[in-house]
Amino acid sequence: MKILVCISHVPDTTSKINFTADKAEFDTNGVQYIINPYDEFVLAKAMHLKEELGASITVINVGTAETESSLRKAMAIGADEAIRIDATAQDGFFVAQQIAEVARTNAYDLIFAGRESIDYNGGMVPGILATLLDYNFINACIGLEIADTTATAQREIDGGSETLQAQFPLVIAGQKGLTEEKDLRIPNMRGIMMARKKPLTVKEPADLASKTGAKGFEKPQENAACKIVAADDIDGLIDLLHNEAKVI
Amino acid sequence: MSVLVFAEVSEGKFKKNALEVVSYGKKLAEELGTELTAFSINAEAPTELASYGADKIITITESALTSFDAKAIASIAAQIVQKENTKVLIVDSSANGAYLAPLIAGKIAAGYASNVVELPISTEPFVVKRKAFSNKAFQNTEINTDVKIIGLAKNTFGVFENEGKGALEDFSPELSDTGIVSVSVQQASGKISIADAEIVVSGGRGLKGPENWGLIEDLAEVLNAATACSKPVSDLGWRPHSEHVGQTGKPVASNLYIAIGVSGAIQHVAGINASKVKVVINTDPEAPFFKVADYGIVGDAFEVVPQLIQKLQDFKSQNS
Ligand SMILES: Cc1cc2nc3c(=O)[nH]c(=O)nc-3n(C[C@H](O)[C@H](O)[C@H](O)COP(=O)(O)OP(=O)(O)OC[C@H]3O[C@@H](n4cnc5c(N)ncnc54)[C@H](O)[C@@H]3O)c2cc1C
Ligand SMILES: Nc1ncnc2c1ncn2[C@@H]1O[C@H](COP(=O)(O)O)[C@@H](O)[C@H]1O
Repeated sequence: MKILVCISHVPDTTSKINFTADKAEFDTNGVQYIINPYDEFVLAKAMHLKEELGASITVINVGTAETESSLRKAMAIGADEAIRIDATAQDGFFVAQQIAEVARTNAYDLIFAGRESIDYNGGMVPGILATLLDYNFINACIGLEIADTTATAQREIDGGSETLQAQFPLVIAGQKGLTEEKDLRIPNMRGIMMARKKPLTVKEPADLASKTGAKGFEKPQENAACKIVAADDIDGLIDLLHNEAKVI
Repeated sequence: MSVLVFAEVSEGKFKKNALEVVSYGKKLAEELGTELTAFSINAEAPTELASYGADKIITITESALTSFDAKAIASIAAQIVQKENTKVLIVDSSANGAYLAPLIAGKIAAGYASNVVELPISTEPFVVKRKAFSNKAFQNTEINTDVKIIGLAKNTFGVFENEGKGALEDFSPELSDTGIVSVSVQQASGKISIADAEIVVSGGRGLKGPENWGLIEDLAEVLNAATACSKPVSDLGWRPHSEHVGQTGKPVASNLYIAIGVSGAIQHVAGINASKVKVVINTDPEAPFFKVADYGIVGDAFEVVPQLIQKLQDFKSQNS
């Protein structure tokens, strides 16, 4: 089985989000980057499949050189090789097209991605990628069994889940549930050493125009101060929620 | 030229999300000087959409589409976009909407902006404001393709009655086998989903253990609310994963969010910040949640919540 895992390199979840003075760009000053948390779940699932059924795992990122730390980490966790497409990720469509170029020549059985990236929260790349490759697609995947070339998967729906069946090749956008939190992989020393010797190929991007573009950022308005209600004044709270906030 | 919305049904009926995209679509169509077309599949009463502004309602009746087949619906959407000469397509942000929109975008090579929170900032060029950085910021995005797709964030625009012409049109799309089979649907019965709820009651580690969740459930019951929890609570197995909200869990965009024994860590708040009104109940006045809440009680959940349940019951009986 050949597996491709799409890895997005994003600001750590505790990062303060700031923009450059002209609000045109994200200010990366002092920001730590991590593997997108959703991608950690799908990478762990890929590792699990590799151990259980045998598979080769390639990780891929569309990004500039600084994203390589995330690709190395993914290899330290157990991916066999990494590909970086050397381009600034302009939008989800662009990223999907770049990944599709690589996937077309490699016949992956399964392509894993996260449900969304926690920076731009597009939730676009996996679905667009599936369409470009004419692969089947399962979004918000929270459970997956593979038997031969048939996948039985659960996807999250509002208020429950749906069980689906589909044949390879397949794109899966995953999240927690696909792997449990406790089964996430942390690289060990041996993995880190081995990762240094694994191939990380840098590819030139295909020449493509993007379909959307960022036109500046804004921060949400600061919240007005919290009104504190005394612990013995529950009537006061109900009154505020009813008459002032009008939510009950 | 037209504006098109996909109005999803659940068991034949339109959900609030569907009415919200129709309300939004109508306003956008007016701004663009055109009409609003809606399409829906196996709807029982499609004309309902006229009251929210649909000028034309394309109905598809197809037994093969009783379960949500995103790929098939993407193909139908592409057919309608072509036949209606659609310029802007709007899809909601339900689990199904988020599954569908990128498939349509890929299929018709359209620029797609998800999590859009209001009407376009400008239509020429076409710029929309969307949530980014897990609710910690907004990004203005220009869509520069001929056909544009908007994923409307939940509960941001609202549902409005508008007058639409409501002309009905049956449409029989070309369908091909998509290769994805729905085996079964497991719906948590009798419970309101976090996605649909107007009010969400959430518990954190401050509640000490799963045996105390009766408090959360009882409060949710009086308020007709969904129950949610912080990440450690689901990681500890006190509550199911489906209740985990926050940056790495489910997003919440309810009218009212009540956090009990939740400290308000940045990752938790990121996921729930889109809620309109936030209430915190916590013993620690320094808990970060007080910085983002609208109303707060510094107090012990085990004392405050039972009183709150009682008083809300009284309030309900007086007001009904
Ligand atoms: C990569 C990453 C992603 C994450 N994603 C998420 C996410 O999506 N969602 C999420 O929730 N967390 C997430 N977290 C975890 C987050 O950082 C916090 O650890 C978590 O939100 C804390 O949960 P809590 O508030 O329930 O517990 P605690 O932080 O332990 O807070 C418990 C609170 O209860 C109060 N308390 C105690 N006793 C009482 C009482 N009797 N009555 C009232 N109050 C009481 C305390 O004062 C305290 O404020 C993530 C962390 C990381 C690193
Ligand atoms: N620049 C990128 N390179 C590789 N994969 C990406 C990139 N951006 C997004 N992805 C993948 O697509 C998923 C969804 O991202 P998004 O569509 O940006 O929300 C992520 O979880 C990744 O798996």
